[in-house]
Amino acid sequence: MSNNLDLKKGLDIPIKGAAAREVIKTVVPDIVAVKPTDFKGLVPRLLVKEGDSVLAGSPVMADKMRPEILFTSPVSGTVTGIVRGEKRKLLAVLVKADGKQESVDFGAKVPDNAEETKELLLKSGLWGALIQRPYGIMANPDVTPKAIFVSSFSTAPLAADTDFTLGDAVLDIQAGVNALAKIAPVHLSYKKDVEASTVFHKVENAVLHVVSGKHPAGNVGVQISHIAPIQKGETVWTVSPLHLAAIGHVVNTGRLSLERLVAVTGPEATKNAYVKCLPGTPVASIAHIMPDVRIIGGNVLTGENLGKDGYLGFFEDQLTLLREGREREWFGWAKPFRPKVHSSSWCYFSWLTPGKKYEMDTNLHGGPRAFVETKCFEDVTPMDIFPIYLIKACLAGDIEKMEKFGIYEVLPEDLALCDYVDPSKNEIQAIIQKGIDLMIKEMA
Amino acid sequence: MADEKKTGLFEKGGKLYWLHSSIDAFDTFLRVPGTVTAKGAHVRDGIDLKRVMIMVVIALVPAALFGMYNVGLQTSTVYGLDWSFWHMFWYGLLRMLPLFVVSYAVGLAIEFASSQIRGEEVNEGYLVTGFLIPLIVPVDVPLWMLALAVAFSVIFVKEVFGGTGMNIWNPALVARAFLFFSYPSSMSGSSVWVSKTWVSALKDVDAVSAATPLAIAHEGAFDAATGAVGQYSFMDMFWGFIPGSIGETCVVAILLGALLLVWTGVASWKIMVSSVAGGLLVGWLGQLAGATTLPCYYQLVMGGFLFGSVFMATDPVTAAQTETGKWIYGFLVGALAVIVRLWNPGYMEGMMLAILFMNTMAPLIDHCVVSVHTSRRAKKALTA
Repeated sequence: MSNNLDLKKGLDIPIKGAAAREVIKTVVPDIVAVKPTDFKGLVPRLLVKEGDSVLAGSPVMADKMRPEILFTSPVSGTVTGIVRGEKRKLLAVLVKADGKQESVDFGAKVPDNAEETKELLLKSGLWGALIQRPYGIMANPDVTPKAIFVSSFSTAPLAADTDFTLGDAVLDIQAGVNALAKIAPVHLSYKKDVEASTVFHKVENAVLHVVSGKHPAGNVGVQISHIAPIQKGETVWTVSPLHLAAIGHVVNTGRLSLERLVAVTGPEATKNAYVKCLPGTPVASIAHIMPDVRIIGGNVLTGENLGKDGYLGFFEDQLTLLREGREREWFGWAKPFRPKVHSSSWCYFSWLTPGKKYEMDTNLHGGPRAFVETKCFEDVTPMDIFPIYLIKACLAGDIEKMEKFGIYEVLPEDLALCDYVDPSKNEIQAIIQKGIDLMIKEMA
Repeated sequence: MADEKKTGLFEKGGKLYWLHSSIDAFDTFLRVPGTVTAKGAHVRDGIDLKRVMIMVVIALVPAALFGMYNVGLQTSTVYGLDWSFWHMFWYGLLRMLPLFVVSYAVGLAIEFASSQIRGEEVNEGYLVTGFLIPLIVPVDVPLWMLALAVAFSVIFVKEVFGGTGMNIWNPALVARAFLFFSYPSSMSGSSVWVSKTWVSALKDVDAVSAATPLAIAHEGAFDAATGAVGQYSFMDMFWGFIPGSIGETCVVAILLGALLLVWTGVASWKIMVSSVAGGLLVGWLGQLAGATTLPCYYQLVMGGFLFGSVFMATDPVTAAQTETGKWIYGFLVGALAVIVRLWNPGYMEGMMLAILFMNTMAPLIDHCVVSVHTSRRAKKALTA
């Protein structure tokens, strides 16, 4: 049995550079980084020192507040460096791979109850894959969530196609669902009209939802807000399909495997296709990076600027390469036609060429101004909230209003399109994140 | 080379850094800034406020062009001068240029100065306001009055609130209200609507009284048989060959502008439609109640009703912001405007005050809409 969810609002950003459905290489990295900064709400405690040898699945750090949450190395090898930033903040643990990829055996056993599932996830380093909502932080093992949500697909610009990347992981996915279902009911959504090509519609032991619509229809937060909106005091967890399969893999084989297919995308990627690699792999070994190109871990809306020396993050299965758009266009705003610039607004003529893909760059296309709200935010937010009121409540730091206007239901990623469409060039995601940070502080 | 020199001087630490708001304004007017995204989404839509504002200005152009022609037409007709089409247009153009120059010069000077003081970039909002003001005043308004009105509205209605986006009332309308209440003899009556300044032949001729159809109808001179208001037929009023504020007379020109605004999504069609609906409904009720003999649709073609509904009530900053709120807000604008027209002996035209009043009420409307929405959400949560 499945439930249908048709979302009308939203926007698919027509950016050039989707990854072709082929795997062009497998990267066997020399150095792999484990980054505590990937996990929101984590205060890391280091468990290794330089020179220690680790296996794939050996813990390298833990959460200071809840030391049972471990973070493990994706490869076997030797710890070669501890990278720290300002105030000695731990930024990364570098592991030099030995090439043997020996891994810790957690024992291939289907968990019998919630406790066994939790223990396996905590030990194997996969606990960090569970995100708690509200607030989008790492899940708390002491809390039992109302439900666990998985969106099996992403509608984000140029996102990796999970039907392709997880096409042969059906057994792992099912095992992952079974394990998580011991903790709470699992809700799984898949794209409408792809029953033939997706593995997700066959999944058992989960409540299935069929979703259609433009971005952000694939965002798990948007789906939750339609399936069962989060109320004050409630907690749900989410997990990405990638990590659902990884959880299933450790259940099935007893061994941690974080290997994944990463979509190399964007107008500046020299070869738009998939690369097989591990999280923590240096991005320079995954994609060829030209000068003055920004390399983004994730998609163009929510991704992180990794920098040329960066490492692929724990959650990422996509890299986007964009040109830094520092050129200044003469009379840009006044030209009747700007064929190279996309606008979802009908003040330009992009609507004449609906199928066209654009070589987008990072130019802001304007200067920051006070809000002049037309209807643009509502048109890209398929949720039962007033985005502009929520944004203003966050700016004002008004807890009561934020609650009323739906702060529990959103993460910055759900309003990421507002960043894109805003003619006043406000940083909506940053404003929402600030609001969420304030909520965490006040509610703690 | 020149470029380098300029940036050095006006950049932070440069000698003329205090001027950077103004320099940035000119610089970004010519070229899109080279700023790249620092946080949030890495790519951005091509739209910016400059583009939004220029769309409104373009939408106003048909009304402005027709207004220029009509200024000449009225002078020529009323004084029996028998001018050619181009003569009328040329006369109107020359009469209007000083209004535009004063409106923009005074308004932009204040806008630049306040941006400078705040250290912010100059906002584009005044591009529209500065174009609107000359269109909603009588053509012969003395320039010093216009300058005073512009200064008052930009300083006290916009800048003290923090500039475009922060204001509560529509600045262009406040400028008009300022003139209306401070200098009523230059803003109302039957002798202000037809220009005779600058016509040497009319130097010693007394001003001829030429009342607007709205005033004529107010006196009850509506001929139900022919459908004419005084000497003006319905089609005269529809096409705009009548005395009135410069931009407000031609329905066709205004509808062209409305089409562009709705098409581009810059202004809300909901406000336009509901405002017209409110005006029609009250006009009809007034006819039933015997307050007027005018058919309700006459309310749309007379005075500033349509111009206000399309260009003034829809200002995204001062209008209601919720979609339901827009319906209510627009409806009340239209309804109030016609109520003032029909049941108020003092003012013939109610549009200006109706919009300003609803500007004041818009946040309250939004508050109610949002409260209803949040309590509905809360109830849904309890039953879920």
